[in-house]
Amino acid sequence: MRPFKFNSASNVRDAVNAVSKNDSAKFIAGGTNLVDLMKEDVERPTELVDVSRIDLRQIRSEGDSIIIGAMAKNTETANHPLVKMNLPLLSQAIFAGASPQIRNMATNGGNLMQRTRCVYFYDTSMPCNKREKGSGCAAKEGLNRMHAIFGWSDECVAVHPSDMCVALAALDAVVRVEGPDGKEGKAREIGFADFHRLPADDPTRDNTLKHGELITAISIPKNRFARNSYYLKVRDRASYAFALVSVAAAAELDGKKINAVRIALGGVAHKPWRASKAESFLKGNEAVAENFEKAAALELEGAKPLGHNEYKVELAKRAIVRALQKAVR
Amino acid sequence: MPDQFEDLREAEELSEDEERLLDELGITGESRRRFLGQVGVAGFSIFAMQVIAQRQALAAGGTYSEAAADPISLENAVKVVFKVNGEKKTVEVDSRMTLLDTLREKLDLTGSKKGCDHGQCGACTVIADGQRVLSCLTLAATCEGKEVTTIEGLAKGEELHPMQSAFIKYDAFQCGYCTPGQICSAVALIDEAARGDASYVTAVEGGSNTKLSDDDIRERMSGNICRCGAYPNILKAVKEVHKGEETAATWKFHRPDEKAGADKEVADETV
Ligand SMILES: Cc1cc2nc3c(=O)[nH]c(=O)nc-3n(C[C@H](O)[C@H](O)[C@H](O)COP(=O)(O)OP(=O)(O)OC[C@H]3O[C@@H](n4cnc5c(N)ncnc54)[C@H](O)[C@@H]3O)c2cc1C
Ligand code: SF4
Ligand code: FES
Ligand code: FES
Repeated sequence: MRPFKFNSASNVRDAVNAVSKNDSAKFIAGGTNLVDLMKEDVERPTELVDVSRIDLRQIRSEGDSIIIGAMAKNTETANHPLVKMNLPLLSQAIFAGASPQIRNMATNGGNLMQRTRCVYFYDTSMPCNKREKGSGCAAKEGLNRMHAIFGWSDECVAVHPSDMCVALAALDAVVRVEGPDGKEGKAREIGFADFHRLPADDPTRDNTLKHGELITAISIPKNRFARNSYYLKVRDRASYAFALVSVAAAAELDGKKINAVRIALGGVAHKPWRASKAESFLKGNEAVAENFEKAAALELEGAKPLGHNEYKVELAKRAIVRALQKAVR
Repeated sequence: MPDQFEDLREAEELSEDEERLLDELGITGESRRRFLGQVGVAGFSIFAMQVIAQRQALAAGGTYSEAAADPISLENAVKVVFKVNGEKKTVEVDSRMTLLDTLREKLDLTGSKKGCDHGQCGACTVIADGQRVLSCLTLAATCEGKEVTTIEGLAKGEELHPMQSAFIKYDAFQCGYCTPGQICSAVALIDEAARGDASYVTAVEGGSNTKLSDDDIRERMSGNICRCGAYPNILKAVKEVHKGEETAATWKFHRPDEKAGADKEVADETV
């Protein structure tokens, strides 16, 4: 690991200022992703600013939303009564990720910012446009069984690895950030769909956060999905493995009729993938297997598999159907 | 103002490395007191940091001249005061040093194991402020003020922690490399269940925290990989401590006075 200066920040302003004035400074929260990538020499910050002690750990109800602090740990978020009762989909998605030890360390802010697990991104002897702009993409024609089937570009075919983010995408969460330009205590708000981005011609950028901007909280609109939601994760092992495909499904039912429905997919794109085609087909229709299958087929029409991941198309279809069945049960 | 005094005492305290260095230099007891009185603790600290930085650079494969003249490692030294197994420790670390390396290399607590060093195996699991965490992904610099419990801190003197006894009783290991991590993880698991914490299995299938299903225990222990595949017996050990009721062990250690008899039985069988 390369040498770096270490500082601990006690408030948002100090943290933002410290990172803003050094282009190669980074925030560190739980460290579960950053320390790993620094050991691999993929991340090379010259300065780390520890933000984990900043008082941004509350989980609370605020008007029509539930607010989860950026520094709250994944474990305490998933176990919080407000989240368990009102947003069980989010609890399930968090619990589906990583291991108990990692969830005890990982913060909500850090979870949104975690980088891809593409093996070529991790291997500094391989070309990778995300790590080094213009060096090429080893995965495009390489071993890409774990890679994207939606929204990829010739520059990068990686997927976003988070489970939590798939649930947040389905629940239309809003990310609150404070940066060097903003007024103190006044957050910029970014809709979840606009937070992560597709690779297009610049895969070095995973999201739309600017250097020096700190995530302070995530706000999730209250909803009527608690009774009928389910997070399904399909992986190589029964636990402690990243998703091949995952589905966050939530519905609001009136008898058999679907009044509202949300579906987001993980493991298929550079960002959590909202299945809007499937959603619009299902809205107003009956919650029956036949309709779930039609909706899934419609969504996957747009899939563009790579050399080794054609299986994800069929897997995603079946996972959507299964998740919806579990949700409306 | 007692707080100020506390700060003063903190600053006057020698770190583990500094203590060791003074011992190596043969400056002990009364002469240590006099020596520190003359140069001051702060003055000695600067000297000590240089020596320690050199040694760390050498250990990391650098050359002597590089190590001697490396101002960066000096600049990046962080002093951390925290508790390990109930004892207050003061260490000076390079900002890059993980908690795992600090425990093993600086505090001589080699029970926590380095399996993968990348958060993938759980061998380095310790309990920090009551939560199980991975010491290989924790920078020591972030541990200021924390209370860390390692496998060495679980037993009370000669009396093993119930989880340690259960692992022995059920033969829940083969090579034993993953075992300290498994046990620390399992100890925390029991507390989590008692607090009512859920897991993916509890969250999607329901079920009770006071009586975890086998699948739920497997899920909650999934952050600890065992290359010897001792999982079935690990499950039995965790289950027994979780339920707090003893079941008959399938085997046991023979006491020394039983040994002769045991050998004879085996011999008889093989004949
Ligand atoms: C073996 C292993 C398996 C895993 N499996 C899964 C899995 O199955 N599913 C899953 O979803 N995740 C998984 N993870 C990833 C884990 O969830 C993330 O590493 C974790 O959420 C990151 O949070 P952190 O607080 O530790 O972030 P850090 O490592 O501290 O930081 C990560 C990045 O975020 C930035 N950052 C941190 N906080 C903020 C903030 N508030 N504002 C702006 N930037 C910030 C940092 O600068 C850094 O670039 C796994 C990790 C490991 C090591
Ligand atoms: S898929 Fe993206 S992350 Fe992986 S090698 Fe290609 S450019 Fe790098
Ligand atoms: S050594 Fe820390 S998880 Fe493997
Ligand atoms: S006992 Fe050998 S790794 Fe678990």
